[in-house]
Amino acid sequence: MKDDVPYYEMQLFITGATPNSVRAVANMKKICETYFPGNYKLEIIDIYQQPFLAKDEQLIALPMLIKSSPLPLKRLIGDMSDTNKVLKGLDYDL
Amino acid sequence: MAQLRKVILPQLPKTPSGISGLDEITQGGLPKGRPTLICGEAGSGKTLFSIEFIVRGALNYNEPGVFVAFEEKADELATNVASLGFDLKKLIDTKKLRVDYIHIERAEIEETGEYNLEGLFIRLDYAIKSIGAKRIVLDTIENLFSGLSNKAILRAELRRLFQWLKDKGVTAIITGEKGDGHLTREGLEEYVSDCVILLDHRVNNQISTRRLRIIKYRGSFHGTNEYPFLIDEEGISVLPVTSLKLNNKVSSKRVSTGITKLDEMLGGKGFFKGSSILVSGTGGIGKTSIAAYFAHASCSRNDRCIYFAFEESPEQIMRNMKSIGLDLKHYVEEGLLKFHASRPTTFGLEMHLLAIYKLIRQFKPKSIILDPITNLVTVGTVSEIKSILIRLIDFLQKEQITVLFTALTLNSSINEQTDEGVSSLVDAWLMVRDIELNGERNRGIYIMKSRGMNHSKQVREFIITDKGVDILNVINGPEGILVGSAREAFQLKMKNEKILFKK
Repeated sequence: MKDDVPYYEMQLFITGATPNSVRAVANMKKICETYFPGNYKLEIIDIYQQPFLAKDEQLIALPMLIKSSPLPLKRLIGDMSDTNKVLKGLDYDL
Repeated sequence: MAQLRKVILPQLPKTPSGISGLDEITQGGLPKGRPTLICGEAGSGKTLFSIEFIVRGALNYNEPGVFVAFEEKADELATNVASLGFDLKKLIDTKKLRVDYIHIERAEIEETGEYNLEGLFIRLDYAIKSIGAKRIVLDTIENLFSGLSNKAILRAELRRLFQWLKDKGVTAIITGEKGDGHLTREGLEEYVSDCVILLDHRVNNQISTRRLRIIKYRGSFHGTNEYPFLIDEEGISVLPVTSLKLNNKVSSKRVSTGITKLDEMLGGKGFFKGSSILVSGTGGIGKTSIAAYFAHASCSRNDRCIYFAFEESPEQIMRNMKSIGLDLKHYVEEGLLKFHASRPTTFGLEMHLLAIYKLIRQFKPKSIILDPITNLVTVGTVSEIKSILIRLIDFLQKEQITVLFTALTLNSSINEQTDEGVSSLVDAWLMVRDIELNGERNRGIYIMKSRGMNHSKQVREFIITDKGVDILNVINGPEGILVGSAREAFQLKMKNEKILFKK
């Protein structure tokens, strides 16, 4: 592992076991394991369980991924099926 | 024999908006538990309309409300409506109101596939439940379209949202900015189909008028006209609909004009209560004096009176009337007389009417004066003024308020067709005119018409002295009616003859 590879910290907000959410979780796990294996932290939060978070995080469209590290902060919405767009959103250079 | 039975079907339940005048037009308010679309251009009053709906609901009908702002932050909103006397903070603290600010910055967001607006639903659900809201406003939900690019998803989600709001049973207002050829930019009217209200802000001849029109109200009767509305320190007021049927109650009570001789000319008792009177004449003829006498008489009976002045300031009128021995000031101090002076050009005709309505409702006068109506020509055409006056007269008749208009006629055209065409509307019409004779100018007064009473048909001399206004009996000389110095000369001659004859 090279030293300059950043450490990714992400939160994925989902809505229970809806199809979009299930797909988003699976896609995200696959992307993480493929591109930065072992070098990330992915927290999955179910908004149905914690509805008050919706206001704090300005959540509207779901599923949403928030990348808090490395900076800048980025928000990605959708089921994460478009791998290229996800990587672009995470500022990951192929 | 077949019996006709009228089946009374249940009416569409309605939620009173609390906005003055609107509930009359909609016959009860907005459709209960359904979404209503308020559309209009930028600055037409959409946000204010919706915030007033929420605040009135919380204050007057004990219905807590959620205001979801897509444009303004909560504190900005609170500042903006503070000028209307709405204390949002207090309502928020007492859990009557909740303001949610929803914001999407497109630049921050990458779209990576299928998504929905479940986050918005969760937020709304949470907000509604947290205060037990019965009302909700989404202002302006179309802003989502600038934050998210997948229009197909957004449209499907909005459709779902409006259905969801209906299922929740909250009365909702959705605002939308006017778009090209559509009521709203994104065609929200397709989804919100129960009630659509259009707000408009138009400028004609540099004078702006706000108007409101109910485009659609499914399952209910409603007024279909454009109604002007006013935004002032008390919020929105929509011009109430006056019934334009001719079935108002009439009174046979009489009120004095304040001038004894004039009362005599009017069958000895004066005007009918609740009637409308027009006083017309050329400039400087004493129209305002007659009006002031009428106001004075009204106050001396302990009846409240409002004097709408479109030409002179209250101070000016009071000073001028003092010079003919009429003290109006103490009635103002006693609270019996109220002056309302405004330049005609301050706002449009409809606004003047609205201002008059509002003041009448507040002050509850028995008589009012409009001095002069001819000045309103500067802000409207003759036919517009006529339509306004019809509505005003109708309203006043219903309230049994006696009204006196003054109108200026031009020297060049003393025909009986001027006076903004109101002469056919009024119940009594007094003409004051110049009589030029023997190199002097005298005033003559006569009654053109006075419905429902036997009135004098003579032209009488009308004099204004520092003791006040007076009307003299007709003096018939050998060459007809005598006025001014000719009358005095004749009177003197008669007196002399009398003395001579006695001797």
